[in-house]
Amino acid sequence: MSVRRTRLRGILGQITTIAVTLLGLLMLTFVIGRMMPADPVRAIVGEDATRETYEQVYLQLGLDRPLWEQFLRYLGDVLTGDFGNSIRTGKPVIEDILHVMPATVELATFAILIGAGLGIPLGVIAAVNKDRWPDHVVRVFSLFGHSMPIFWTGMIALIVFYAALGWVGGSGRMSQFYIGMVPTRSGFLLIDSALAGQWDVFRSAVNHLILPASLLGYSSSAYITRMTRSFMLDQLGQEYMTTARVKGLSKGQTIWRHAFGNIRVQLVTIVALAYGSLLEGAVLIETVFAWPGFGQYLTNNLIIGDMNAVMTCVLIVGVIFIGLNLLSDILYRLFDPRTK
Amino acid sequence: MQDAILDVKNLSIRYNGASEDAVRGVSFTLGRERLGIVGESGSGKSTVGRALLRLLPGARVTADRLRFEDVDLLDLSEREMLKVRGRRMSMILQDPKFSLNPIQRVGAQVAETYLRHFPANKAEARAKTLEMLAAVRIRDPERVHDLYPHEISGGMGQRVMIAMMLLADPDLVIADEPTSALDVTVRLQVLNILDGLVRDRGIGLIMISHDLNLVRNFCDRVLIMYAGRVVETLDARDMDAAEHPYTRGLLAAQPRIGGTRGPLAVLDRRPEWKEGSTP
Ligand SMILES: Nc1ncnc2c1ncn2[C@@H]1O[C@H](COP(=O)(O)OP(=O)(O)O)[C@@H](O)[C@H]1O
Ligand SMILES: [Mg+2]
Repeated sequence: MSVRRTRLRGILGQITTIAVTLLGLLMLTFVIGRMMPADPVRAIVGEDATRETYEQVYLQLGLDRPLWEQFLRYLGDVLTGDFGNSIRTGKPVIEDILHVMPATVELATFAILIGAGLGIPLGVIAAVNKDRWPDHVVRVFSLFGHSMPIFWTGMIALIVFYAALGWVGGSGRMSQFYIGMVPTRSGFLLIDSALAGQWDVFRSAVNHLILPASLLGYSSSAYITRMTRSFMLDQLGQEYMTTARVKGLSKGQTIWRHAFGNIRVQLVTIVALAYGSLLEGAVLIETVFAWPGFGQYLTNNLIIGDMNAVMTCVLIVGVIFIGLNLLSDILYRLFDPRTK
Repeated sequence: MQDAILDVKNLSIRYNGASEDAVRGVSFTLGRERLGIVGESGSGKSTVGRALLRLLPGARVTADRLRFEDVDLLDLSEREMLKVRGRRMSMILQDPKFSLNPIQRVGAQVAETYLRHFPANKAEARAKTLEMLAAVRIRDPERVHDLYPHEISGGMGQRVMIAMMLLADPDLVIADEPTSALDVTVRLQVLNILDGLVRDRGIGLIMISHDLNLVRNFCDRVLIMYAGRVVETLDARDMDAAEHPYTRGLLAAQPRIGGTRGPLAVLDRRPEWKEGSTP
């Protein structure tokens, strides 16, 4: 009874937190919109519109109303799914964003798989061998990944692995030759090409994905390695690890069967956060590899001052992080019996 | 002793980076009996216990002899040691709040000992586990089996620990301050359970404690340790005939029910005892 009530209160608290965070986020994007030097009316009517047209649009946009009223109006628009139109394309920005998002999600997902697949084992190895040579090697390896200038490394990698060795595809999501050959269904090229049975396109897409995803994954593995190492070190000193050894388990068994379970939740949280920052747009890598994704979209619109687009991008990044936080909260409840 | 389980001669242990040995020239033998190791905190009791299980990675262990039944603990490979730990020699740790894995059900943690050492399937291991939980007088084994460590009391946790460490039927159990973390009210209960099982199954017991009164009631023989050295070995029933001033000091420092209410004696410590000179 009381357990159920506490849990209910926990859920209500969570919903309130999310609502407040979202509201704050919307205020932020609203303020960004107002503070941008670009004139929203001029953006719509163009440079040579008459004074009347300008006035008319000015009133239509409600810019003469008090700020709080404008905010409420913005709130209403967003809640009904109206994020405004893009100046550049004239289409609703949400449509444009949904169009570029899959490219980034595809890249980020592969990158995080590589990053976690590399970072977690390396972190464990470093912790288990603390202050011995494997720890030092891992530290240097991840320091390098952390501090490499991704723009520069990206270009070098393209020159070496694409131009010189020909092991991977060059820039873009697939070879020029294949563009337009696969009907867009999900927007995820790997899925679409597989659905269409176009295995040549699929292979080309993988070839193009592998290099930028590896670079991104390597750079995000640095953080994952460091955190895994410190989580693991905490556990290795715990008394239950001695118990496990006394029972006759080998060192490796105590690590994977006992310690690892105890850091699982923390790992999920930091991997989710790393994934979030990848989704937010690996701006540099998307630029080097001419990857038509979210990062490029955001940068381009910042440069030309397309307010609606920028506001919506910021909003989406915020929502992604709220979502990931919620996810790690839920997993925490699922994995840690002490929270029940 | 004829059927000695353990034969330790001149055991010395130094932690890496330390300037002094934590354990110095300790010798004793153990049969199917209950041996107490008593001494104040820091005297090296736990270090001896862990050395027997070879769980001192950051220390150098030397001895003239360190035999456990038919094996030489000094040059047994780690692979071989894995078959000794849990199966033939095990250890009950101090505080179940820390010594149990917080995210695994207690039943699974107990069963792991069995699965590690016997070719058994899950169902067999579960049956053995329930049987063992009942043996440590847990009234409702089926229910406790599925609980997490934070859901059980300290006394219950220590009974689970005993179950876990006796499940594979070892020949020697080291109990390192098994009741120090428990409420006074359940200490005797837990000790009686351990004592009953050890006697019934003919298991050799090393009981480590700082509490001389407690040990004299549950052991046949007692080693008194001071600063890494054994200063005196006594039969529990001859305790009052102790000769070493440190032991006498320990005895005098114990409050006795029904004893006089005067201030307890302050423990005397002399540097020359460290060198093992006879008093
Ligand atoms: N891991 C360790 N590293 C260095 N010194 C240690 C370590 N563990 C114990 N010691 C030292 O060894 C001595 C004996 O410790 P311990 O065996 O734990 O004593 P007891 O169990 O009798 O309280 C103490 O001086 C303690 O400081
Ligand atoms: Mg101790």
